[in-house]
Amino acid sequence: MRIPDRLLPALILCLLPLGTTAGTPEEEGLAIAVEADRRDTGFGDYTSDVKMILKNKQGQESTRVIRSKNLEVTGDGDKSQTIFDEPRDVQGTALLSFTHKEGPDDQWLYLPALKRVKRIASDNKSGPFMGSEFAYEDITSQEVDKYTYKYLRDETLDGLDVFVFERYPKDRKSGYTRQIVWLDKEHYKERKIEYYDRKNALLKTLVFTEYNQYNDKFWRAHNMYMVNHQTGKSTRLLQSNYQFNIGLTDRDFDKNSLKRAR
Amino acid sequence: MRKLLYALACLLPALPVQAGDWRGSITAELTGFPEQAADPAQHRSYAALALEPEYFKEWNNRHDLFTFKPYLILDSHDDNRSHGDIRELSWIHAARDWETNIGISKVYWGVTEAAHLVDVINQTDAVVNEDGEDKLGQPMAKLTLIRDWGVVDLFVLPGFRERTFPGRQGRPRFSIPISDNPLYESGARDLHTDFAARWSHSIGAFDIGVSHFTGTGREPRFVIQPGAYNPQTMTISEITPFYEIIHQTSLDLQAVYGGWLWKLEAVVRNGQGERIESLAGGYEYTFVGINESAVDVGIITEYLYDSRGDDVDPADTLTGQPFFTSAFQNDLVLGARFTLNDAASSELLASVIVDLEGGGQSYNLEASRRLGDNWKLSLEARGLKNIPDNNVFASFRDDTRLRVELARYF
Repeated sequence: MRIPDRLLPALILCLLPLGTTAGTPEEEGLAIAVEADRRDTGFGDYTSDVKMILKNKQGQESTRVIRSKNLEVTGDGDKSQTIFDEPRDVQGTALLSFTHKEGPDDQWLYLPALKRVKRIASDNKSGPFMGSEFAYEDITSQEVDKYTYKYLRDETLDGLDVFVFERYPKDRKSGYTRQIVWLDKEHYKERKIEYYDRKNALLKTLVFTEYNQYNDKFWRAHNMYMVNHQTGKSTRLLQSNYQFNIGLTDRDFDKNSLKRAR
Repeated sequence: MRKLLYALACLLPALPVQAGDWRGSITAELTGFPEQAADPAQHRSYAALALEPEYFKEWNNRHDLFTFKPYLILDSHDDNRSHGDIRELSWIHAARDWETNIGISKVYWGVTEAAHLVDVINQTDAVVNEDGEDKLGQPMAKLTLIRDWGVVDLFVLPGFRERTFPGRQGRPRFSIPISDNPLYESGARDLHTDFAARWSHSIGAFDIGVSHFTGTGREPRFVIQPGAYNPQTMTISEITPFYEIIHQTSLDLQAVYGGWLWKLEAVVRNGQGERIESLAGGYEYTFVGINESAVDVGIITEYLYDSRGDDVDPADTLTGQPFFTSAFQNDLVLGARFTLNDAASSELLASVIVDLEGGGQSYNLEASRRLGDNWKLSLEARGLKNIPDNNVFASFRDDTRLRVELARYF
């Protein structure tokens, strides 16, 4: 992801020691997001295996097994393909997403029984992903330009020095008014996110643990735990088998590739 | 047909020796009709069992894929509905900017919900469900070229599959039996080789496809053969499907804007009497998260037009003039889709197709949810109301039905 020229001042700003800068909280928040994005730039492509464990209020569990492919796109949002393995009745179903820095994302769903590639209306971002506590907008590529920011404070979280900032979705179809993000100062990775619903009430908390570094640069969480405070439901998303730079191209993210997804 | 399958199987390259994956489903189905059947040969309740396993194997770093998907359904009463088919037996090879698919496969181009006008490659397996979404496997050699300006698919389609029709005990069905010995325009009968080409592209919010098909049309006209009409009793013993060579060009278009999905399918077909023009178009608008819940509600409105109308005088059909039995001539589709977005993936689709020329209404309800991790329960209700006596579907009037399906996935 190339950094737009208009963000350069903010980037330079963030290279200065925080706390001594004279930037507004909005500028400081943006600078942190830009730096986090910069540190994750250049991954090219990666794949991972995902297991989601959904738990309802009574403690009943159901499991989703999916495979995820991701492609970094220079100058625009990233592309991703998600293939469902379990539950069995949706096996072979595949979701193709093109995120965009500006404007709505493009999404297609492949239904293997009909062999139909179905376009998805772009308003559905706030809806649950596979019945889980993760909304589509929580799992798609988090582009810097999708939010405005406000730095809140420095803090210690589980022994880590963290920045705490708020971000506000620009898209009016987002299910959130704001999110509070805890980002560690050493690697600029999310450690915790609180999601506030359209009425600005606390809706969900997401905690990231088990980070590993890949290719000496890219940090990925292996355990993401989302709790919905309003319904008592939770989803644990476990990622494994991360593989970087396996040579995926646009061709692996076109509508034809969906039909071969499996 | 069987010879063709063997030939295709031989065409497949030697498969790597390691075993692939088996998956699939077995479905038990119960269908009930609240009303007495028009024909005493028909029944009030039917049971069926369907098996659809799938063998899948990939090699060469996923650039080669082999799929084998047989299908078997056994119906308690309808001998025609009890049948087997090879839904898929195909080898796909994917290169950087081209792809081949050789074997038996299925192709879906459509975008609208109620009618499936542009899908001309596969024959409809009409006995499985009346919605036209079940298809028979079609032998094909397909070459796909992937370019910056779109995707080109070129098809050679050797061999033709007859449409399936309900048997004497089947329900619903037309009051007059359909002959098992169809007529063909081509002397090659069901061994005529058909061709198709398609260009498709996604441009921003638009998905567009333009296709052309030349060959034996999948949708037959029907003829009353000499001897099938008895002038003394004024009865017709059977009608015979007539498969003609057609030339069909179609457009499918889809555009997304916020919660709106706009859809259009348009078809021009030559070769079956007068030129046929048909169209299906409309929208689905989705309200996401009704009342701050996870439930999405989609509103569907589609308009269906078909130029096939009253161009054939019923009296002429008795002298051998071919005729069609079905067409959405001037119909409006209204529907609502409820997606609960819960862990069980519960959903419900209710729709009504209204004939704007006073030909009655068709009601449809489909609902499903997962039970546990590997089971799925589906409900389906269909019925026709206010069908005039002279309508081709008059014999379906008392065939309102309710179907329950329980599927186990493995």
